[in-house]
Amino acid sequence: MGELSGLYALWYREVKVFLRERSRIISSIVNPIIWLIAFGGGLGSTISFGGADYQTFIFPGVLMLTVLFTSIFFGLYIVWDKRMDFFKEVMVAPLSRLTLFTGKMMGGCTDSLLQGSFLIVIGVFFNINYTPYSLIVVILFLLFLSAATTSLGLAIGAQMSSFEGFGLIQSFVIMPLFFLSGALYPLENLPAWLLFVTRINPLTYIVDGMRGALLGLNHFPIWIDLGVALVFMITMIIAGTVSFMRMH
Amino acid sequence: MIETFGITKVFKTLVAVDHIDLSVEDGEIFGLLGPNGAGKTTLLSMLATILRPTEGNAKVNSYDIINQPSRVRKSIGMVFQAPSSDELLTGWENLYLHAMMYGVPSEVRRSRIDEVLELVDLKDRAKDLVKTYSGGMRRRLELARGLLHKPKVLFLDEPTLGLDPQTRSHIWDYIKRLSKEEGVTILITTHYMEEADALCDRVAIIDHGRIKALDSPANLKMRVGKSMIRAKVKEPNLEKIKTLPYVSRVEAKDGDVIIILSEVGAHIQEVLCNIGEASFVELREPTLNDVFLQLTGRGIRDESAEGWEDKLIQVRQNG
Repeated sequence: MGELSGLYALWYREVKVFLRERSRIISSIVNPIIWLIAFGGGLGSTISFGGADYQTFIFPGVLMLTVLFTSIFFGLYIVWDKRMDFFKEVMVAPLSRLTLFTGKMMGGCTDSLLQGSFLIVIGVFFNINYTPYSLIVVILFLLFLSAATTSLGLAIGAQMSSFEGFGLIQSFVIMPLFFLSGALYPLENLPAWLLFVTRINPLTYIVDGMRGALLGLNHFPIWIDLGVALVFMITMIIAGTVSFMRMH
Repeated sequence: MIETFGITKVFKTLVAVDHIDLSVEDGEIFGLLGPNGAGKTTLLSMLATILRPTEGNAKVNSYDIINQPSRVRKSIGMVFQAPSSDELLTGWENLYLHAMMYGVPSEVRRSRIDEVLELVDLKDRAKDLVKTYSGGMRRRLELARGLLHKPKVLFLDEPTLGLDPQTRSHIWDYIKRLSKEEGVTILITTHYMEEADALCDRVAIIDHGRIKALDSPANLKMRVGKSMIRAKVKEPNLEKIKTLPYVSRVEAKDGDVIIILSEVGAHIQEVLCNIGEASFVELREPTLNDVFLQLTGRGIRDESAEGWEDKLIQVRQNG
């Protein structure tokens, strides 16, 4: 009981803070629109894939990008929390580390799913036709994605003591995860090395699953996409929990 | 009730807390007084189960800090040295979250929050973001938060650090009220001797991780036993004063005479009778700083930023 209300408290804090920070919400809406209009529109004037125009083609990728960035940075933000004494107060609370982790993770998921839903609405203006089926599949993928990447961010952040490593994480974790996922290009006809790398990147399957549901342009069957996403999420949640247990 | 048994913390080569045995009674305000880096916060952190002792053990509310950390945590309140309230939330929300994290039953949460807000006079600002609070208000909010789950023991780590004198004395009033009205046992660390003097029933003077002395502030000061008389005398009879057995030092400068002696109350008459015609007399009682000085050979704040200020005051007093 104590752990449950503690969990709710941790979650409540994150959502409250998120909804209060209007600037973050605005940038979370504007950034993907810039991607879609400037990048999608610019490149889309010369290329298209599988009958969909490029802007529409990268929409699932931009959706993924938005949730990925929000989630991972939310997780990494724990570094800042740890330096602020306010988090000490949370650390001495009579709550288990598992509760601490789960509360934070669920808070982060809620934030990025809220941002994801803004973008889903915006999708209507970019020729995305939703069906109940495609909406459910997309939300399911976003849920797996946000839980996995928030956990990843938390797992890394819990072990860091300063912001010095942020650039490295950007270069070696976030950028490769995004650019090597097929978010911006189809998975066919890739050079051998890229073919290999995209196949071992779990985000590839998430983008593929969403693209399949929204545009019918999937490379893998949906059960493979969902399976990989699920395993990715579970692995990251375990990693995050272990990392929290070891956090001093 | 707090008891420590040879509790020790070693950081690499630094022994921060060195085999401390301590016993704090129920309902007591107990002070850990010492300069920065003496090991006070480390000791407190171990008792609050944030740090694990290298050696030894302790009991807080009869719970073992090593084997029952979560029971210890439930039974204590902690107010940290640095502000630890969430700036992005309102005062009320800070308290609400704390109540939930500490398992305060939902039916009493709101009334308990009102109660503690009342206690620290923050009711009318409860709905404002903590960002907009002054330093003193944040401290009060954190005190309130520490009390929300009715802990039997409250740890206060430098509760008035960096606050102006007026706010500080307000906070002292709140702490005293808490101890009186709620019967909470309070363990407080400070490097302000005035604070230890004004608040604590008993004080442990800590230096280099060890207890140098432990007693009530009054008894500690008596131990030094030395007081100072400053008098303006035109033609002081210094030789006569110097022969008095209880006088340990006499100085004269520009018509000011400074006499260091023991038990000033019993001897002031004799001193004044012998010194000559005084136009002005001032007494200064020993402070805990004098106690610290005697025990360690240096002032309590020599290492801190305020050190120069203290010395300035001393120079003024002596000169």
